Amino acid sequence: MFHTFMNVISLWALPVIIILILTVGLFKKVPLYETFTDGAKDGFHVAVNIIPYLVAIIVAISMLRASGIIEIASQILAPALNLFNVPADTIPVMIVRSLSGSAALGVFSDIAHTLGPDDYATKLAAIMVGSSETTFYVLAVYFGSVKISKLRYALIVGLIADFIGIVAAISVCNLMF
Amino acid sequence: MNYIFYFLIVISIIAGAINGKLTDVVNAILSGAELSVKVAFSLIGIMAFWLGMMKIAEKSGVIEIIAKIIKPVTKRLFNEIPEDSPAIGDIAMNFSANAIGLANAATPIGLKAMEELQKLNKDKKSASNAMCMLLAMNTAGFQLIPATVIAVLIGIGYKNPTEIIAPTLLVTSITFLSAVTLSKIFEKFWEPQKEND
Repeated sequence: MFHTFMNVISLWALPVIIILILTVGLFKKVPLYETFTDGAKDGFHVAVNIIPYLVAIIVAISMLRASGIIEIASQILAPALNLFNVPADTIPVMIVRSLSGSAALGVFSDIAHTLGPDDYATKLAAIMVGSSETTFYVLAVYFGSVKISKLRYALIVGLIADFIGIVAAISVCNLMF
Repeated sequence: MNYIFYFLIVISIIAGAINGKLTDVVNAILSGAELSVKVAFSLIGIMAFWLGMMKIAEKSGVIEIIAKIIKPVTKRLFNEIPEDSPAIGDIAMNFSANAIGLANAATPIGLKAMEELQKLNKDKKSASNAMCMLLAMNTAGFQLIPATVIAVLIGIGYKNPTEIIAPTLLVTSITFLSAVTLSKIFEKFWEPQKEND
């Protein structure tokens, strides 16, 4: 019931927003076409502006993933996390989810397909992936678009929040499943 | 950021050498650089579309109305930003788009908000408190329905994939609230921005 309701919202959200914006614009006598193209011409600049920042972040993270260190870190962390009822398979998800969204989804799919729907690891990984956003990517894109290189406390806050998210996911999953 | 950048790359090379994966690490430079450009270019079209739409919304006063509605919240979170700044409306739209899972719309609108915040920024090279708050809201990844995760679960024959929604929502809310609270706390203790231009 809730799911269908949310599906309807997801499906209709965009069309409704677009119709609303255009209709109000027309009603207020805003020159729609001119205004649209005037706003849209910045799209290219923004995308080009973020390239250097994306290259820095994505290359560094690609290198890290290729080096095999994530697997090593997972092995080191496994015994400690075992005490909190955390399956070893989910550890790479925790490490990778702040670094790369596609990688986190990839690791999660892998767990889901190999361990199956009834495994605790599948549920925990699902919650961890579903409740997170790729912190490094967001930082690169948002700050890159306005050419900011001094992030001050933004990264620390993002990473602490990610850590809290992992702890919360483990606790909630323990309570529920 | 300087140390993290250095650390990520040097650690990767050393670990790659130890693991005998040095070729993979070197190849990752090329593939990563290529991927970055692909990601950036894939944003151009959708970016242009939403920036165009947002311009219409701004001129017709829609953004202003949204900004007024959420004023009680934004006044506390973004106390350095004047109430009539278009950034406030953009931030509200960015949050709503994220919450209902419209990442394609959320990013361009969020970047427009960043641009507005940059206009008000004292030091154009460093992140203002308001920017850090917007980033905290976005890196926390607040989302009502984890659509992609559910799709994967359906794909493996998970009997009741919607049972994942409630715990995920609880976790994402905890993360979001911690991020916003942390951002407010750090704002008080972190060295303030230097004034220059």
